[in-house]
Amino acid sequence: MKDWPLWEVFVRSRRGLSHVHAGSLHAPDAEMALRNARDLYTRRQEGVSLWVVRSADIEASAPDERDSFFDPAADKIYRHPTFYDVPEGVEHL
Amino acid sequence: MSGPLFDYVLGLADDALISAQRMGWWITRSPQLEEDVAMANIGLDQLGQARSLLAYAGEVEGDGRSEDCLAYLRDERDFRNVKLVERDQRDFGVAMARLLIFSAWQSELYAALLRSTDPTLAGVAGKAVKEVAYHLDHARRWVLRLGDGTEESHARMQAALDAEWPWMEELFDGSTVDAGLVADGVAVDPASLRDGVLTRVEAVVAEATLSVPQVSAAVGGGRRGLHTEEMGYLLAEMQHLTRSHPEAAW
Repeated sequence: MKDWPLWEVFVRSRRGLSHVHAGSLHAPDAEMALRNARDLYTRRQEGVSLWVVRSADIEASAPDERDSFFDPAADKIYRHPTFYDVPEGVEHL
Repeated sequence: MSGPLFDYVLGLADDALISAQRMGWWITRSPQLEEDVAMANIGLDQLGQARSLLAYAGEVEGDGRSEDCLAYLRDERDFRNVKLVERDQRDFGVAMARLLIFSAWQSELYAALLRSTDPTLAGVAGKAVKEVAYHLDHARRWVLRLGDGTEESHARMQAALDAEWPWMEELFDGSTVDAGLVADGVAVDPASLRDGVLTRVEAVVAEATLSVPQVSAAVGGGRRGLHTEEMGYLLAEMQHLTRSHPEAAW
């Protein structure tokens, strides 16, 4: 039992919001991971839905790739929707 | 202490209270931190049921005894819990076998008490029925994993089941429940729960590739205040603080 794999837990706090990473835990398999997540991360009514995924199955960006991954977006301010005039009377934009 | 309703409520309260105390033992001793929390959560659910029931028992008795008074200031012979819940459980398989039996029984009990003509009992059952469904699920998943696991875990899970099985019979003993309470629809006839409980438990046993133990029933008596040797040690630990420091507060 000492070699239980690590799982990442995602909690959706209420309907309409997306799941947010809450933390991690150990469990022998996916079913037990989901139940451990219930006990560890929704004790105070934090959630209405849970996801668990094995930490080993997550492909993460590496810290030393941060410059090439994220910096090129820095000078592309036209990607922010601040250059458009919102016509009067448009309610659902 | 007297009165059939008081006795009935106290029995159910003590089952939950003593089981909660045993579950608490597992905190820091479970196979993993995550399981510590699961055991504690289950124990806390049971403690919540015990508190509601003890408070109601005190109200029914009418002598001004509070839930704390009933939990901490009664002696062993005044406790009405079944022996199933009071014995040591220092083996994880035993803890899961016992939780499987106890939560299957509580599931049937509270489902039946939803229709109790006593509104307080029906109310307690309404909240508890969801809690014990989770306890049963937890026990079931572990019994499946250990029973249908390795050769070693299978043998130990079967041994645990064999050890707990004889203590199940006391749960169905109706001799201590007043027939009038059952006739009035206040209490549930314990014998009426047997088929439902056995169906639930035996389904898990079969799925876990284990066998239903062929053992005779242990001697009961818990509902009449006759307990095992281990009960005294449990009460000493549970009641020590309150008895040493009466009315201590945070």
